[in-house]
Amino acid sequence: MEKKIKKVDLIFGKVDYLDILDKSFQRTRDEIILDVIDSGLRGRGGAGFPTGLKWKFAKNEEADQKYVICNADEGEPGTFKDREILTEAPEKVLAGMALCGYCIGATEGYIYLRMEYNFLLPQLNQQIDAFNKQMKERNFEFTIYIRSGSGAYVCGEETALMESMEGRRGEPRNKPPFPTSQGYLGKPTSVNNVETLVFALMIAKEGPTKFKEMGTFDSRGSKVFSVSGDTPTPGIYELELGMTLEQFVEEFGDGDTKAVQVGGASGFCVARKDFKDTLIGFEGIPTGGSMMIFNSSRSMYNILHDYLEFMEEESCGQCTPCRVGCQQLLKGIEAVKKGIKQPPYLEDLQKLSDTMRIASKCGLGQSVPNPFNSIINNFREEIIY
Amino acid sequence: MSKYKVNLKINNISVSVDEGTSILDAARTLNFTIPTLCHHEDLCVAGNCRVCVVEQKGNRLLPAACATPVSEGMEIMTNSLKVRQARKHVVELLLSEHNADCTKCFKNGSCELQDMSNDYRIGDHVFLDLVKDREKIKDISSPSIEKDDSKCIRCQRCVRTCTDLQAVSALAVTHKGNHMKVSTFLDKPMNDVVCTNCGQCINRCPTAALTERNYIDEVFDAIYDPKKFVVVQTAPATRVAIGEEFGMEPGSRVTGKMVAALRRLGVDKVLDTDFTADLTIMEEGTELLTRLKEALVEGKEVALPMLTSCSPGWIKFQEHLYPEFLDNLSTCKSPQQMFGPLAKTYYAEKVNKNPAEMIVVSIMPCTAKKFEAERPEMRGSGYKDVDYVLTTRELGMMIHQAGIDFEKLEDERYDSILGESTGAAVIFGATGGVMEAALRTAYEIVTGREVPFTNLNIKPVRGMEGVKEASVKIKDVKPEWSFLEGVELNVAIAHGLANAKIVMDKIKDGSANYHFIEVMACPSGCIGGGGQPIPTSMEIRKRRAAGIYEEDEALVIRKSHENPEVQEIYQSFLHEPLGHRSHDLLHTHYAPRKRH
Repeated sequence: MEKKIKKVDLIFGKVDYLDILDKSFQRTRDEIILDVIDSGLRGRGGAGFPTGLKWKFAKNEEADQKYVICNADEGEPGTFKDREILTEAPEKVLAGMALCGYCIGATEGYIYLRMEYNFLLPQLNQQIDAFNKQMKERNFEFTIYIRSGSGAYVCGEETALMESMEGRRGEPRNKPPFPTSQGYLGKPTSVNNVETLVFALMIAKEGPTKFKEMGTFDSRGSKVFSVSGDTPTPGIYELELGMTLEQFVEEFGDGDTKAVQVGGASGFCVARKDFKDTLIGFEGIPTGGSMMIFNSSRSMYNILHDYLEFMEEESCGQCTPCRVGCQQLLKGIEAVKKGIKQPPYLEDLQKLSDTMRIASKCGLGQSVPNPFNSIINNFREEIIY
Repeated sequence: MSKYKVNLKINNISVSVDEGTSILDAARTLNFTIPTLCHHEDLCVAGNCRVCVVEQKGNRLLPAACATPVSEGMEIMTNSLKVRQARKHVVELLLSEHNADCTKCFKNGSCELQDMSNDYRIGDHVFLDLVKDREKIKDISSPSIEKDDSKCIRCQRCVRTCTDLQAVSALAVTHKGNHMKVSTFLDKPMNDVVCTNCGQCINRCPTAALTERNYIDEVFDAIYDPKKFVVVQTAPATRVAIGEEFGMEPGSRVTGKMVAALRRLGVDKVLDTDFTADLTIMEEGTELLTRLKEALVEGKEVALPMLTSCSPGWIKFQEHLYPEFLDNLSTCKSPQQMFGPLAKTYYAEKVNKNPAEMIVVSIMPCTAKKFEAERPEMRGSGYKDVDYVLTTRELGMMIHQAGIDFEKLEDERYDSILGESTGAAVIFGATGGVMEAALRTAYEIVTGREVPFTNLNIKPVRGMEGVKEASVKIKDVKPEWSFLEGVELNVAIAHGLANAKIVMDKIKDGSANYHFIEVMACPSGCIGGGGQPIPTSMEIRKRRAAGIYEEDEALVIRKSHENPEVQEIYQSFLHEPLGHRSHDLLHTHYAPRKRH
């Protein structure tokens, strides 16, 4: 059953966002949340938590103050779609935040912008000022502010992000409590990815059905992909979910694709032999958008080495499995390459990575085994020789 | 408030515990010990070492037992194969970045990481050696605290201690990833930062990354130098704690054994800081009454409330953080530093020794006292007043090294003079003790009567509450103190520098109306000092405090002004509190220090 990949235009198309908000404010919070739940929308940052449920949890909390945070700390290597969304459709992001604020009962929203995107600040600030004014004119109490990161990858993790916003070191917190009950400044907080907020707005506009009709059972709708690497057509594409890697590579590959890294440095490496059977989505391999295509000229050792160097440096360093584990994996493959350790040492390291997956404090350490194991399993000989 | 009960299973055994209990504590109720490293009951939960991970049915992750509250129906395994593998990996990883020179290490035998490595029989290192700073010379810039980054396992207990318990934040986490470490502001040496030398970080460091600067060899050198006359003073809080170094229960009163052990070590005279604690009460009590008189009668601008000055960690804290309140500090030196100059003047003359050949050694529950002894002001005798300061732990180590069976020692008494003391001096060791001792004396001086509390026990100033407040109404005073008639004396007591900060901020914003405040830098006072036996916990400190109050009640004389040696020294040497000689020998001044 060959199916052509469907390109979609929910994210970047212009809409009358004020009209969507005005109509939404006529509906009850529960109705909108139910629609978002019904649509099957899951977080587009990579972790894929059902967005409607998150909003429902935050809504159900009793608190004198709640917050909406738009996670724009887009730090995953190979992901650059949020930058594009914030450049091309910022008003939709702001409206998505206001919609979330309406649903959960928050009067303040924050955009946490990664430091490297500070060049967006002048225009974003203008748009935020205008938007805040528009909300005021509607007597809807919701003000958006912007907070700038300091360049740490781990601050994309929502609790580290909030620590950073509160002026502390960006270190992930213990969970529970989850942000929807105790988040920013200890108050119920919904942290959503840039893209997620826009999809939520579009679901409010068009109802859940249109979104739900796209994609697969676990991966509804469409998704913005950042395509890079050995491809003649790098760039940003909004595609319907549910495609296989084979379809993807057919569309974007250069004819010599050896492997695709799905989900960035914390994602999985899929080798050519598995393209056909690998679905991009929560049933198969999920991604926050990063799709890196490698052709046969690439050394998988160098690729893994790069990822591990990245993780070794970007671990916040607080928990043992991640801080020391990343160093051991990196130094470990170097030792095997140089012959200081025998090849079976790779199995010791894989066991270690299993521990990192289940014993690390946050998603960073827990996902280092993804590239490690998938590259070692698929390209063991390239690591050793 | 009754709490909800939560039912769960741990290792297939059902248990019901209060809502909010951690898995770690729930397991303890079933007598399952889950190993921990970053966890410390005095500190907030960190959940970062991951040694305490457990398996939870239905959870693909292993939650940290210390940081995860129980939930209804939870099924926990504390020693499953998955848990064992993960825990072993975590210990191996910690060892791979730890400079494990155990046999040469100061903490050999008392290191939590070593214990864990022992429990899991970690043999050959599976993983690569990652120790970065093995060759780097450790930071020995501070006379109190040594910091060895190559031993650090990044559990952040010290950081939480310094920030949460002590509100100092001299230590902080810097950098990230493989470069993450515990450091100071701009990585400056420890003697050049806001560190108060309180040593609370040492008490909680699981390894030897933070230890006291030890002077054991210097003291033995002095003992075996025939030309030197070694005089030892022992602080109040040491006598209820040093037993722990020999496996005795916390709070065991071993004053007599400690004296005997010191004699067997070969020191020339065993004297008591308690004597100068009594003297402190005379000086500081008089200073308080003088300030009150100047304020109430002469209408002078006097710095009130007066703040105690016995705790050198607290003094440095003030100098760094509240320099505008230095005039409020009592000018009295700490008992240790009153002892030094008296030993090298008054005492030297009495025993006919040359002070130049006298070595004064203090046994202190404290690491800040090491710094204090080095302060340039502390040379009132013309010599360095106190030559070496040893912690309770160092004395314990010396006794071990000398092969003395501490527990079996017969009690011996302090030498005279400078060896006599009262119950009022002993209670200096616990939070509220200086206040209680001061009130016992001041109230009696002013009214001619004993304090109106049963058996002299001023209960409102005792206990472990962080900030204690009390008021004493002064009535029917002697004629010469008529200006105090009807005055309500408001006092406060704070222990732990975070609590001191609360009190200071109240004074700063004008919301407090105190006359006299006792502050001890360490939680629970000197019994919880940075030089006391490790481990420490609220329970341990409470038992040491109980020992202190038992010691007080067991003494015949319990008021400082009734100490016959104190009376004698005023008669023959000092003449009067705050007199000329006192000023020269027993009082000092303070200087502001920068925050950075």
